[in-house]
Amino acid sequence: MSTTPLLELRGIDKSFGPVQVLRDVALTAHAGEVTALVGDNGAGKSTLVKCISGIYPADDGQFLFDGSPVSIHSPREAAALGIEVVYQDLALCDNLDIVQNMFLGREKRSGIVLDEPTMEQMAAETLAALSVRSVKSLRQHVSSLSGGQRQTVAIAKAVLWNSRLVILDEPTAALGVAQTAQVLELVRRLADNGLAVVLISHNMNDVFAISDRIAALYLGQMVAQVRTTDITHAQVVELITAGRSGALGLADANAGSAGNGTGSTDTISGAVR
Amino acid sequence: MTTTVVRNEGPAAVEPTPTVGSHVRDYWSRVRGGDIGALPAILGLVVLCTVFAIMRPSFLTAGNFANLFTQGAAVTLIAMGLIFVLLLGEIDLSAGFASGVCAAILANVATKLGYPWYVAVLAAIVTGVVIGTVLGFLVTKIGIPSFVVTLAGFLAFQGIVLMLISGGSNIAVNDSTLVAIANRNLPPVVGWLLAAVAVGGYAAAQLLRHRKRLSRGLVTDPIAVVLGRIGALALILGVAVFILNQERSRNVLVSSLKGVPIVVPVIAVLLILWTFVLHRTSYGRHVYAVGGNKEAARRAGINVDRIRISVFVICSAMAAVGGIVAASRANSVDPNTGGSNVLLYAVGAAVIGGTSLFGGKGRVLDAVLGGAVVAVIDNGMGLMGYTAGVKYVVTGVVLLLAASVDALSRRRSAVSGTR
Repeated sequence: MSTTPLLELRGIDKSFGPVQVLRDVALTAHAGEVTALVGDNGAGKSTLVKCISGIYPADDGQFLFDGSPVSIHSPREAAALGIEVVYQDLALCDNLDIVQNMFLGREKRSGIVLDEPTMEQMAAETLAALSVRSVKSLRQHVSSLSGGQRQTVAIAKAVLWNSRLVILDEPTAALGVAQTAQVLELVRRLADNGLAVVLISHNMNDVFAISDRIAALYLGQMVAQVRTTDITHAQVVELITAGRSGALGLADANAGSAGNGTGSTDTISGAVR
Repeated sequence: MTTTVVRNEGPAAVEPTPTVGSHVRDYWSRVRGGDIGALPAILGLVVLCTVFAIMRPSFLTAGNFANLFTQGAAVTLIAMGLIFVLLLGEIDLSAGFASGVCAAILANVATKLGYPWYVAVLAAIVTGVVIGTVLGFLVTKIGIPSFVVTLAGFLAFQGIVLMLISGGSNIAVNDSTLVAIANRNLPPVVGWLLAAVAVGGYAAAQLLRHRKRLSRGLVTDPIAVVLGRIGALALILGVAVFILNQERSRNVLVSSLKGVPIVVPVIAVLLILWTFVLHRTSYGRHVYAVGGNKEAARRAGINVDRIRISVFVICSAMAAVGGIVAASRANSVDPNTGGSNVLLYAVGAAVIGGTSLFGGKGRVLDAVLGGAVVAVIDNGMGLMGYTAGVKYVVTGVVLLLAASVDALSRRRSAVSGTR
């Protein structure tokens, strides 16, 4: 959509001791689009997300946010820029209700007293803007919610703060069919509302259902970032498992030595060339 | 696409306006789902009082009613502080002897050094704060389990009490203000006045909240329920003050004994203060959050370590207050102040009142309700002439019962998902 990406990463390197986890990674995320970040376990997806959200400092590389260079050293700085991460788990307190969870750590106050009516109203407006109708009461404890409803609350929590980039880490991994559909619809709606969305997923059906672009990580390198319409399911699987697919991906054939997973794809790259 | 509960229209917040009936039904379904709250404590209180009243008519006298408050005060105050620690799923086994240390400091400063009462009280509370800071630091920064840290504290503080009162003997507390806390009563008029202020304040807060929420178009409790709550409080306070204002002296000609014990408004003020802190400030919200899910709290930007240290500080400071009341009641401090059953009674009070040992669930009011149950058991069995041995066993069984109710209701709510 827009020409300047909201977030642009260039040449990100990250090592943990002798292990280089990210190597010269580039990634762009555009406002109004869902960018799917795919890759096998250990490809560096989570590390990349943690670099973006300020949990890990990147060793080298450039962050451009809205076209201007920024450096992110802590989750608070990321939040100040409007970057929010929705984690797969561990993000909500069971013993608090929906409103309390959405405002956790950033409560609205008047004086020293919590301003409950304002918080409840803002929470209701946010959920309404996302067309969430599946929760019975905002004062319900999170423990009484289903997996999909919890994910919905977690996502609503992320968009409450006029965030501009929302990163979702496997939002549908633990959900059933109906709830997955519900959450995917919500993710799509975030992008349609003008946010940049980065979606980490292992599920190719999810990725093809809602993403506009696909970025594939392979052993710490960004092997391709292409429009979803320009690529096939099979090609994505090849990129994930072998790091290359026909003209896409790593030029080197030496990466193929690690691509023992190609057998499982059962497809040939030539089919779409 | 599908939604699990499809409504016809409107945003999430549009719910059917609750009626009295739906309010009662909601409450009942919560109870059945395992969220029983203070129900066991209230039922227990009713059953115990009925049994004791039948067995020993003297249990129901105004004099004994007043005794219940002064007997249960120290344990209740310590339990109030313990609730903060329990909310994080931690435990403070040293709270009993911490109150003993603070009481010994109080007695030393007031009696041996001859400072005025407020200096002594301040010294005792500062001692509590220091103890809490040390405990909290050891648990949070060093990472020793709170059970071990406070068990060590339990032993060490016992020794410190002995050293502070130079072995075996005791120190008298003679200051008239200090003695008055647990031994004197308010003039009857003042008792009525305070009760009126409390009911008026509660009514104002509730009605204001109701109106504010209505004007914002938020879901409110039905006005009948709000008025019912206010009425219930007025009734309870009215009856209590009326009974306490009866003449309790055996011989009125010698001395008159009536009015609300001074320790009652002390407990009431601390109850209101800590309830406010837990439910109306972001600090309180963060305490619940850390108790519910430490990792989520951390990711929400809450300073988890600071919260964890602070609850130990509050707990030990409240133990100091409990120690002051205990010293006042006994007119002295001896090696057993805050010892023997005080700690277990306090933990029992919190758990019986409905605070969970697993963290994340509890209110300061639980300490008062549970403290009342403990005081009634102790008092009633004393009247029936049972020995201390039997009393300990019964209290232990009641604590076990309360902990079982806690564990079972937790399991039940894990099934129904309403924890």
